[in-house]
Amino acid sequence: MTTELEQPDPRVRRLKGVVIRFAGDSGDGMQLTGDRFGAQAAEAGNDVATLPDFPAEIRAPAGTVGGVSSYQLHVADHDITTPGDQPDVLVAMNPAALKATLKDLRPGGVLIVDSGAFNVRALEKAGYDSDPLTDGSLSNYILHAVDLTGLAVGATEGLGLKRKDAARTKNMFALGLVSWMFNQPIESTVAYLEKRFAKKPPEILAGNLASLRAGVDYGDTTEAFAVSYEVKPAPLPPGTYRHMRGNRAIAFGLVAAAHQAGMPLFLGAYPITPATDVLHELSKLISHDVRSYQAEDEIAAIGAAIGGAFAGMLAVTVTSGPGMALKSEAIGLAISLELPLVIVNVQRGGPSTGLPTKTEQSDLLQSLYGRHGEAPLPVLAAQSPADCFNAAFEAAQIALERRTPVILLSDSYIANGSEPWKVPDVSELPDLGIEFATEPNGVGKDGKPAFHPYKRDPRTLARPLAIPGTPGLEHRIGGLEKADGSGEISHDADNHDLMVRTRQNKVDGIEVPPLEVDDPSGPPGFGSKLLVIGWGSTYGPIGAACRLVRQQGLAIAQAHLRYLNPLPANLASILAAYDTVLVPEMNLGQLGGLLRMHCQIEPVGYTQTRGLPFRAVELAAVFTRLVNDLEDGAAALSTEDIKAIGGTGKVGRSELGSEKNK
Amino acid sequence: MTSADAGGKQLTAKDFSAGEARWCPGCGDHAILNNMRNLMPTLGIPRENFVVISGIGCSSRLPYYLDTYGMHSIHGRAPSIATGVSINRPDLSVWVVTGDGDALSIGGNHLIHALRRNVNLKILLFNNQIYGLTKGQFSPATKPGTITPSSPFGSLDHSFNPLALALGAEASFVARTVDTDRKHMMEILAAAAAHNGSALVEIRQNCPTFNHGERAVTADTSVPTPADGPIRLEAGSPILFGADSQWAVLRDAETGDLKLGRSTEKGVVVHNPRSTSPTYAYALARIADTEPELAPIGVYRAVERPSFDNQYQDRLADARAGGRGDLQDLLTGNDSWTVPARS
Repeated sequence: MTTELEQPDPRVRRLKGVVIRFAGDSGDGMQLTGDRFGAQAAEAGNDVATLPDFPAEIRAPAGTVGGVSSYQLHVADHDITTPGDQPDVLVAMNPAALKATLKDLRPGGVLIVDSGAFNVRALEKAGYDSDPLTDGSLSNYILHAVDLTGLAVGATEGLGLKRKDAARTKNMFALGLVSWMFNQPIESTVAYLEKRFAKKPPEILAGNLASLRAGVDYGDTTEAFAVSYEVKPAPLPPGTYRHMRGNRAIAFGLVAAAHQAGMPLFLGAYPITPATDVLHELSKLISHDVRSYQAEDEIAAIGAAIGGAFAGMLAVTVTSGPGMALKSEAIGLAISLELPLVIVNVQRGGPSTGLPTKTEQSDLLQSLYGRHGEAPLPVLAAQSPADCFNAAFEAAQIALERRTPVILLSDSYIANGSEPWKVPDVSELPDLGIEFATEPNGVGKDGKPAFHPYKRDPRTLARPLAIPGTPGLEHRIGGLEKADGSGEISHDADNHDLMVRTRQNKVDGIEVPPLEVDDPSGPPGFGSKLLVIGWGSTYGPIGAACRLVRQQGLAIAQAHLRYLNPLPANLASILAAYDTVLVPEMNLGQLGGLLRMHCQIEPVGYTQTRGLPFRAVELAAVFTRLVNDLEDGAAALSTEDIKAIGGTGKVGRSELGSEKNK
Repeated sequence: MTSADAGGKQLTAKDFSAGEARWCPGCGDHAILNNMRNLMPTLGIPRENFVVISGIGCSSRLPYYLDTYGMHSIHGRAPSIATGVSINRPDLSVWVVTGDGDALSIGGNHLIHALRRNVNLKILLFNNQIYGLTKGQFSPATKPGTITPSSPFGSLDHSFNPLALALGAEASFVARTVDTDRKHMMEILAAAAAHNGSALVEIRQNCPTFNHGERAVTADTSVPTPADGPIRLEAGSPILFGADSQWAVLRDAETGDLKLGRSTEKGVVVHNPRSTSPTYAYALARIADTEPELAPIGVYRAVERPSFDNQYQDRLADARAGGRGDLQDLLTGNDSWTVPARS
């Protein structure tokens, strides 16, 4: 395991942290198993980060490597930022799961397999020529071949379960066993199962509970598991915490924003992986004046949201890349109408259908520029599952205050991942209320008082909003260019130029907090020579990698961008203070190109699009090499230099035409 | 009922007038606009509670000329935007202004789904059977074989019958009127306004610039000619037409199909727009559908079906009957834990 601490009881080893992965068939309940283990650990006070990984098909062919569904957790007694690189413990429910995931298990790691699933046919399906349980190929691991299926069936005997249903409780047996290994109480899972199976025949609940408890007992009584482990609670700051997934945190952030604005929340959405859970979450919250509407397509979803915004709702639409592409014309309309609207893009691998269930952060430039005309809007990105709450709240705040659509970027990794979330005190959340116009603010052509929808606030450039039903403020808005102030149709050349610049200035003028640098060795220019900067979900892996580098006594600086548009005002001056700026991204260098354009620097890219988050050790190896080279007196590293760096990633394509710039 | 301003002054068409319309002289849109300006003050709805939402095309400029709340949106999407307004604000009277290209081509999906859901929208489909604003290409409502700049050898497309389409989507109110008959249009628009749920009104109109109506000339007196039209539908009355009511819509005794014939023949149909099955209205929509001058005008179908808006609002009200949910309770949940302050 990661690191062992002093060991008072020889039968219980205390660990600083452990990475566990459950892997099985798509139908084996691995997501539930992992989720429950994470919830148990979180309730026990550990810091937890999770990484679910499942196939795009609901039920891929059973027993095949392509159908393997897995759930990785990192449980620690300290603040962690990633779900871990390599599992220390792997639970494989069948040969296919073993085949698909064994390569990730660290040498010497604990391997628990369901020997009951290792028959000739299953081995063949998974592509094994011989049985790995007996052919010696697993000798590098601490192997526990346990007949999980058989023991689960045995545990449920006499409860009236059909054999198939009895066998299906094997995941609970596995959960019980692993819970025992890590000294985790199972009470919350018992309560959870009681609720989950409340409407099923009673023997289903009884069977699952029997298997869960049998798993715990098996660990306790079997000599094979001589040692169990304990991960002490992480020293989190005082407060109330909750195990939180990114997509739920987005839903909660939006509900909180609507509450603080005193407005109903209206969601127009169309189902799309991996954003659908936000629709599910919000659909449940009808008693909080959340109105969710499932439209006929992505365009209608944002159309309804635009209508809702016009009618005075806090309007939201949630989608993923393909849906963003479909919505782009309507986003342009929302920019022209200058209506508040939050557009959530939970990114996935692209282009086209791409990798629907895998993560990527390749929609940054689409968010910034993927519209016709000069169509600026604020773009911000969430950096972790729990942070999705704040990011969603801030997105709504900007949308309301500036009367603009705002894009919030998340991705599949943090959408499905989870971590402890400090529950905010509602009384401490800021007020987001805005005032709707109730009186005319100008004079019409007929000399009578009139409402001028584009007569702006001089500071924020936000326009006044008059919602239908307000007497005397009847007015028309639309996608045609509008005259400054009156909002009437205008084809005047100078007016269009003015309006284009005004819309840009409005977005550029949004006050964004200054970029902060994390570098214990000193402020920019006085500490590390290397700055690693990222955006979105790479925050965790970059942060973990920086810690690994610092543990070696080396200096490294980390900065992370919440706001991608507008960028923080101090960004260029901070970047200029470092010899080398490294930009790890799960795309081919979109932020790198943006920094080159905005800050006139030559960043170095480190990119991958593997559908999975970066591994901290991989990043740490790259960072270490860079830091050492810089300390050795090398000038700022070139793309060629970084290409020489090893590691398992594809290094150094410093993208978007940097070669030409040399 | 009529609309009055805050001071109690009776509103008129002038109060609903915003700016001078910029359509071609002779365009049917002018007549429709005038009729709407005259109708709206008579509906008993405060002016500020009207919302008129349009897509793109000649017809879709209309909201700019009506002094109500309005939005000129993007091509084909008006029903979706109007849905977002209507379901959230049952106090508003939401109208959609669209054309045959906007509603039937690029926006076909939104149209059928708004009708299917029975959203409380009054959808006015201006049908001039041509793309006017882009200068005269064939639309989904254009007759096959029509020569246009994009179909110089005649269009190949089979055309949509907007009413049959709406009935196929189980619209609860379906009607047709024509730009040239002010009185008829006012009646139909008033009936649409009174309907709770989606109302689709096709307004047949002339495009003097790109699709000037040409009447077929025929000397054959054994069948009805366009000059005998249009067929007027009156609920509860036999469907007769022609200068001397010499023609009628008949039901074929053997097949049950509707057909045109002499009013002296057996099987003259008595019009019933309240028939629960859409089959009758569908058959009526297809009768003479290749002869726009002859095709029936009036209310084809007007049935009661719960509107999406009412159900949506009822559900919201039910959910809040026990009081609004507490945000702090939601955020804290029942699976949270507390980390105590260290002493």
